[in-house]
Amino acid sequence: MIIDDTDCVVRFENVGLRYGLGAEVVQDITFTLNPGSFHFLVGPSGAGKSTLLKLMYLALKPSRGLITLFDRDIATTPRNDLPGLRRRVGVVFQEFRLLKHLSAFDNVALPLRVARIREDEVRKHVEELLSWVGLKDHMHARPPTMSGGQQQRVAIARAVIARPRLILADEPTGNVDDAMALRLLHLFEELNKLGSTIVIATHNESLVKRLGHPILKLERGHLEIIEGLPSGIGLPAWDMA
Amino acid sequence: MIFRRTDLPLDRDAVSRFLPWLVAFMVYLSMLSLAGTMLLSDLAGHWKQGASGSLTVQMAPTEDAKEDTRRTRAVLSILRATHGVIRAEAMDHVQILALLEPWLGPGESVSNLPLPLLIEVKVSPKVPLNLEHLTQRIGVAAPGATIDDHGIWLERLVRLVRTVEALAIGILMLIAFVTVLTVVFATRTGLAIHHEVIEVLHLIGAQDSYIARQFAGHALGLGLRGGFIGLVLASLTMIAISVLREQVTGLRLPDISLSPVQWAAVAALPLVVAVIAMVSARMTVTRSLARML
Repeated sequence: MIIDDTDCVVRFENVGLRYGLGAEVVQDITFTLNPGSFHFLVGPSGAGKSTLLKLMYLALKPSRGLITLFDRDIATTPRNDLPGLRRRVGVVFQEFRLLKHLSAFDNVALPLRVARIREDEVRKHVEELLSWVGLKDHMHARPPTMSGGQQQRVAIARAVIARPRLILADEPTGNVDDAMALRLLHLFEELNKLGSTIVIATHNESLVKRLGHPILKLERGHLEIIEGLPSGIGLPAWDMA
Repeated sequence: MIFRRTDLPLDRDAVSRFLPWLVAFMVYLSMLSLAGTMLLSDLAGHWKQGASGSLTVQMAPTEDAKEDTRRTRAVLSILRATHGVIRAEAMDHVQILALLEPWLGPGESVSNLPLPLLIEVKVSPKVPLNLEHLTQRIGVAAPGATIDDHGIWLERLVRLVRTVEALAIGILMLIAFVTVLTVVFATRTGLAIHHEVIEVLHLIGAQDSYIARQFAGHALGLGLRGGFIGLVLASLTMIAISVLREQVTGLRLPDISLSPVQWAAVAALPLVVAVIAMVSARMTVTRSLARML
């Protein structure tokens, strides 16, 4: 069980981001993620879902507004403290971003090795998790030799191996069949029950409906928070774009 | 410490193939340069030691052998009576011919030449001699006699050695500078090639030092590999020069072998170059990563 003594895991206040001199990609984003919460992030393609996630995992700096991660204002946090914050965040990237020259085992082991965990511990945890996601026989395979679904499971395993307090996943079930999608989502739910805060960006309407967690809905750079879906009401057609 | 397991595929870069050879070339040049300087410095030291504390009195021979003997004895008695002179001996004909043999060779023709009368003088380095006064006194006993204290020759020799030493130090510094530049360039290329991987490592929570250590370990490994090649090539070259020197007989060539301490200093160069490569890589990566979020 993760014991989180932070008041809020993520806090955005009037956050805006623009690339160069262009228009703002996300505007006036304000929301809070409390410890142990589970949200889906939805919206049409190009709405800014990936950008919002990038702001959360500190790959981008906002053009304006306040972002706090585990109660720390990232604008004033010294650069040397950022790796420590990032280690508390597990990310499943949309394009997986696995290291092609490393085996599945070594890819999953990365967050533990970066955190200087003992090698025997690394081996034990990585083997256990890869077995759980059905890749026991592919531990030594390199990503280019694996299918999209297998790579996605490696990416998920890498994101959750260090039991992060915040898990951000960008379309984590996009390349797997329904059975595996459900299995992976149960993994996220189990981690959520253990205390991790989860945000999953998805286009999968049935998944969102089935689990019934609160929704962060992004449209044209603006965010709307939907606290659970009233029964009988369908989701907005964000995935039609 | 050399990183055995790396998250970055640095071994596959083209840079990893040429850098050891470049380092080998640098080490080769710097080893020869350093060894040459040390040998020259030793040689100059030997010559200086041999020349200082000695004088040579030279007199032109006359037609009359008795007169030559009288003048030689007169000069010897003046020298031996001078405070600070330890020993004064006239060189005989055979000794003078032996001095000329390396340049003119043996034979009858040389012995027929009019050779100067020479007196070898050992003086105490602790007692300062008034050479001007001594020359005047000797000139009275043997008109035309001159004293050579080797001062000009020594001064020129020291100047030459110092110049060569400065040149060698300059070459060594230039080699170190070029090595640093090469490693910086290679490291920057590596950073650009592996930008994606580095970004992922950052997002996973890797410290700059974690990434920099991998680059530094890799550069150290390449530096040591190149350094070893350079060491072997330079050693072979020095051995070859030494063997060639042994084969040249007749000329009085000085001993050109390095002492064990000098060998150790020269052999440490590859390690120094490898450490320079490691530090340069680490600093380059740390400075470049500091610009990232």
